[in-house]
Amino acid sequence: MLTYVARRCLFMVPTLLVISFLTFVIIELPPGDYVTSYVQSLEARGMEISRQQVELLRMRYGLDLPFHQRYVKWLSNLVQGDMGHSFTYGEPVRKLIAERLPMTMVISVSTIFFTWIVAIPISIYSAVKKYTLGDYVFTFAGFIGLSIPNFFLAIILMYIGYRYFGVSMGGLFSREYLLAPWSWGRFVDLLSHLWVPIVVIGTAGTAGMIRVLRATLLDELGRDYVRTARSKGIKEIQVLIRHPLRVAINPLISTIGWLLPTVISGEVITSQVLSLPTTGPLLLGALLNQDMYLAGSFVMLLSFLTVIGTLISDLALALVDPRIRYT
Amino acid sequence: MNDNSKRLLDVQGLKTYFQTEQGTVRAVDDMSFWVAPGRTLGIVGESGCGKSITALSIMHMVPQPRGRIVGGSITYYGREEGPVEITALKPHGPAMRELRGRHMAMIFQEPMTSLTPVYTIGQQIMEAVVHHEGLDKQAGKERAVAMLEKVGISAPRQRVDEYPYQLSGGMRQRAMIAMALSCSPQLLLADEPTTALDVTIQAQIIDLLLDLQQDLGMAIILITHDLGVIGEMAERVLVMYMGKVVEFGSADAVFYRAKHPYTVGLLASIPQIGEDKRLVSIEGSVPSPYNLPRGCYFHTRCPHVMPRCREDEPPSFAVGEGHEAKCWLFAEKEGEVHAPVSN
Ligand SMILES: Nc1ncnc2c1ncn2[C@@H]1O[C@H](COP(=O)(O)OP(=O)(O)O)[C@@H](O)[C@H]1O
Ligand SMILES: [Mg+2]
Repeated sequence: MLTYVARRCLFMVPTLLVISFLTFVIIELPPGDYVTSYVQSLEARGMEISRQQVELLRMRYGLDLPFHQRYVKWLSNLVQGDMGHSFTYGEPVRKLIAERLPMTMVISVSTIFFTWIVAIPISIYSAVKKYTLGDYVFTFAGFIGLSIPNFFLAIILMYIGYRYFGVSMGGLFSREYLLAPWSWGRFVDLLSHLWVPIVVIGTAGTAGMIRVLRATLLDELGRDYVRTARSKGIKEIQVLIRHPLRVAINPLISTIGWLLPTVISGEVITSQVLSLPTTGPLLLGALLNQDMYLAGSFVMLLSFLTVIGTLISDLALALVDPRIRYT
Repeated sequence: MNDNSKRLLDVQGLKTYFQTEQGTVRAVDDMSFWVAPGRTLGIVGESGCGKSITALSIMHMVPQPRGRIVGGSITYYGREEGPVEITALKPHGPAMRELRGRHMAMIFQEPMTSLTPVYTIGQQIMEAVVHHEGLDKQAGKERAVAMLEKVGISAPRQRVDEYPYQLSGGMRQRAMIAMALSCSPQLLLADEPTTALDVTIQAQIIDLLLDLQQDLGMAIILITHDLGVIGEMAERVLVMYMGKVVEFGSADAVFYRAKHPYTVGLLASIPQIGEDKRLVSIEGSVPSPYNLPRGCYFHTRCPHVMPRCREDEPPSFAVGEGHEAKCWLFAEKEGEVHAPVSN
């Protein structure tokens, strides 16, 4: 078991190296660099900038070095925890990400809980009462939830919030609490805003999970072991939760690790629409502006979490499913 | 014979039907029999004749939502508080669950799929004990180990922590038996417990059940389509065809003095050791449950079919001491019997 984990961790090193190289190539791929887009934006505003100044800027950011040198420099800094400077914000990338990370994680983790807490009982109900009115209602609602675009749902909820409750739903805090120190009032204010992004981000995932879980449960409910469990005289709900649900949920537990990168990346479009102080819009802006250190560090962070997440998934699956061995 | 104190279970006129798209399936149709404490009743019949549904009806676990007990009564006499009418209980209600697993337990045909893959066999044995007897985890596990030892599993302390996939089919069936007997039920419903196993293992499991019955004194309803297995274990045998009892009697009577043409056909199809005879199986095939023939259900395959068989369903006729057959062949010689078949 321990040697298995150690070996998996060792394999992560070459994987991440390859990813880092590809990331760097892709970030460099669009013609021009940060200085080009900076110059363009200056020119768009009608300002002039001399060729000399441009070269100076390039040198200052190390953009004049050949490709491989820039890559090695970027990578070695990254390994030492230095993610470089954001051109756009003029601040260390680390600080920018760290500022937005806690709220992003709060939203993501609450969304995951929301998804599971809503999806599991509904799936059980739908599977046990298949082809009843309730099942059809949930299935129909699920299709709507799956097909409605997030930004549209966000706009609808914001409209409802504004029209009927008179609160502005954008952001995570009301104006009076925005910069206030933590207090009970601020916490309640956060909760009153938090449900909107959770519902918006979580709806599609919940609907998808209900579909998968209902289908798996329907398969499992007909299995012989369910009958065996029932023959012991335990409560019907215990039969369902301990036996078929437990088996049906195994493949989902194995996807837990894959959620790790999404916990950090957040939902870009939803966050933009709801003007949430999360990392999603930061990543979008970095990519648009060719803010390469910010974008590169971000992509590397996500890749790292993906690799770790896959390992966690594999370990989780081995933990819940005795038939899987570590080899 | 009809002394109530000698009854553990009394089934009268049981009807269990399924509603399907193609129509009603009368899986169990007017079955009557009773079981004495500590005794063994065998139920034989071709597959699809309603044996499993009979057992599941007794457990009040008829497959939902299509199946339903639509008539008759199942009375259980094993409780100290007095007899209980099972068909009047809610299938998932507390009163029925109190009987299930504690008073009556069932072992199933498919040991490979009848255990939950994600729990150790110890955890699965403990579940009933912890629920019914309120034991804590530690005591529950001790009970599981003791039960595994009782069913002849070697190294029970290790096996208790093993998962179903780590056990062979025979081992799993032993584990199933351990699970079923963990709360010392008075009635064990064994639904084709050996059908899925190798012949040598089959014999071991049958011997084990006989030993455990001696030891624990529970009554057994042994269901099988294999007359050989029944002969070894059951004192009384009930032969089923299309949801109905067609012959009933002591094992000796049914084996050596079989009366119903269906039973005779079943017996003829048992392979004989040392005989180089080709297997005779019953001519024709089982009628569709959606399109049952008029009269006697067996007339389409019966070598002795008479005009009357095509028109009227025969009642049961006494054909010997405690021996009866549901066939018009015996109408002239014997009087009709109405008494429920019993052991
Ligand atoms: N869940 C079900 N839905 C519809 N029909 C069923 C169901 N289970 C059993 N039956 C029908 O009931 C009849 C008896 O089945 P069963 O008791 O399992 O036979 P066996 O004697 O082989 O154990 C069969 O005709 C079968 O088709
Ligand atoms: Mg069966």
